[in-house]
Amino acid sequence: MASEIAMLSLSSQDLSAIVLSLKVACSATLISTPFGIACGYFLAFGKTRGKAVVEGIISLPLVLPPVVVGYLLLLSFGSNGIIGKFLNMLGIQVVFSLTGAVIASAVVGFPLMVRSIRIGMEAVDQSYVSVSRTLGAGWWDSFFTIVLPLSGRAIFAGMSLMFARNLGEFGATVILAGNIPGVTQTIPLAIYEYTSVPGGDRMALTLCLVSISLSFAILLVSEGINSRFGRR
Amino acid sequence: MQLDVELKKSFKDFTLDVAFSLSSSRTGIFGPSGSGKSTIMHLLSGLDLPDSGYIRLGDTVLFDAKKKINLKPDLRNIGVVFQHAHLFPHMNVKRNLFYGYKRVNPENRQIDPDDLFEVLGIAQLLSRDVSTLSGGERQRIALARTVLSNPRFILMDEPLSALDEGHKFQIIPYLKNVFNNYGIPMIFISHSVLEMRMMTDEVLVIEKGRIQQHNSTEEMVKKSWNCGLESYVNLIHLGVASSYKDLFRYKWGDTTLILTESGEREENLFELDSRDILLFKRHPEATSARNLLQCIVTNIYSSGNRVRVELACGNEHLIAQIVPESVRELGIEKSTIVVAAIKASAFKKIF
Repeated sequence: MASEIAMLSLSSQDLSAIVLSLKVACSATLISTPFGIACGYFLAFGKTRGKAVVEGIISLPLVLPPVVVGYLLLLSFGSNGIIGKFLNMLGIQVVFSLTGAVIASAVVGFPLMVRSIRIGMEAVDQSYVSVSRTLGAGWWDSFFTIVLPLSGRAIFAGMSLMFARNLGEFGATVILAGNIPGVTQTIPLAIYEYTSVPGGDRMALTLCLVSISLSFAILLVSEGINSRFGRR
Repeated sequence: MQLDVELKKSFKDFTLDVAFSLSSSRTGIFGPSGSGKSTIMHLLSGLDLPDSGYIRLGDTVLFDAKKKINLKPDLRNIGVVFQHAHLFPHMNVKRNLFYGYKRVNPENRQIDPDDLFEVLGIAQLLSRDVSTLSGGERQRIALARTVLSNPRFILMDEPLSALDEGHKFQIIPYLKNVFNNYGIPMIFISHSVLEMRMMTDEVLVIEKGRIQQHNSTEEMVKKSWNCGLESYVNLIHLGVASSYKDLFRYKWGDTTLILTESGEREENLFELDSRDILLFKRHPEATSARNLLQCIVTNIYSSGNRVRVELACGNEHLIAQIVPESVRELGIEKSTIVVAAIKASAFKKIF
């Protein structure tokens, strides 16, 4: 039994995969949040005609195979891609780098976040905004003091959904950022590597347990914060 | 307050086209639902954009389609009290109250919050959560919140219609006190004649997006009796009651009235249906009615088979509604002296 537990211990490669996973998921979520709020607001209250098209584009990564998303990202961020060329001039390397892993996670998780925020914002009674405007609050003032706090729960739910999705991101990441231990190898990529080498089952299982615990912890924390929001 | 307005706004199946000038500090906008009352509120406050026209408040142009001027709602200084209080659910009562106040330049803050809370009777509610308040309390807090934002005038959009029937008029004395104490002009929007008479001096009658009448409130009530309003209701303001056997006695002008209901406040308002007043040519020796008032007829006007008789009782006035045959039998004409008999239970308390 003791030896079995010892076999479930983590190697330094595992540890760096865990740290990388958390780094990628945190950065992707935090960077996406302001954009997610902006897109959610636009989709909830925007009156432009092209709204349906914008919504389609944002939601596309949700229905496309992640590998396709990864390949499209590789085409645009690669050294010959439109964005890649521009970033190259600034000395930024996306492909096979941590930046690439963050971008892949952000694109794949973004629709989940926007959906949640949009639904939350649609539920905010516009009368509160009208009241605040007649009480002397400008547009931004009203946005920060009324709309944001009232949709805070939805924003947080969107963030945790995206964070959880990012921890499990595989397809787009492996294509854009590759599977380089210590650089871009996150938990799912490490598990994939272990399962494809003989005798790696135990190590894969250990990381699976880590993955389950992390996801469970996110659920618990998000539930806890959610119920605190609810009580207010 | 001088407010000059000319506005047009078209919707799919409705067009609002109004022009008016207001100078009274207690004006009403009266009309059935769907007549365009709330649209006017939205256009005046800047929450909606008119198709054409202008809004001028004193020297300030709030909106002018030709000159392409359109002040945002937060710069118009027009307070709005909505049908529902719309207290911000994520703030407690105190933060709600000071939301507008904090956004007023300290030099322009003219109202002392504690004083206002006293007038509205909400001082003890400050630390409460908004979800624990009653409808009337919520509406009083919404009014205080608006008053504290230092508006040039206040638009009240059916502020009583969401309150329950039994308690809705209890808020009226508070409203009156605020507008009397602070001298803030207001426009009161409602479809209730009774509310109009309690809160306004002049009234714009609006129907299907057009203004039908701009008149003093009492004139509007008197004129409108042949278009759906069956009987006239006398509003009787009475002071403190003293007990009289098992009834209550009130001073009313030079005379006294005996009522079955007691009034706890300094000012009490009762309604008296004009059909509940009996007229006698001479003083009846004995009657079950507790009030016998000697009056002079000041005016008579008829509609169909009903006649309204305006009476002066000392320095107070009443309107009684009778039928033409009674007018002939009693020989009622201007300056006739009659005795009005009113039962003590005919007076119904409003607040």
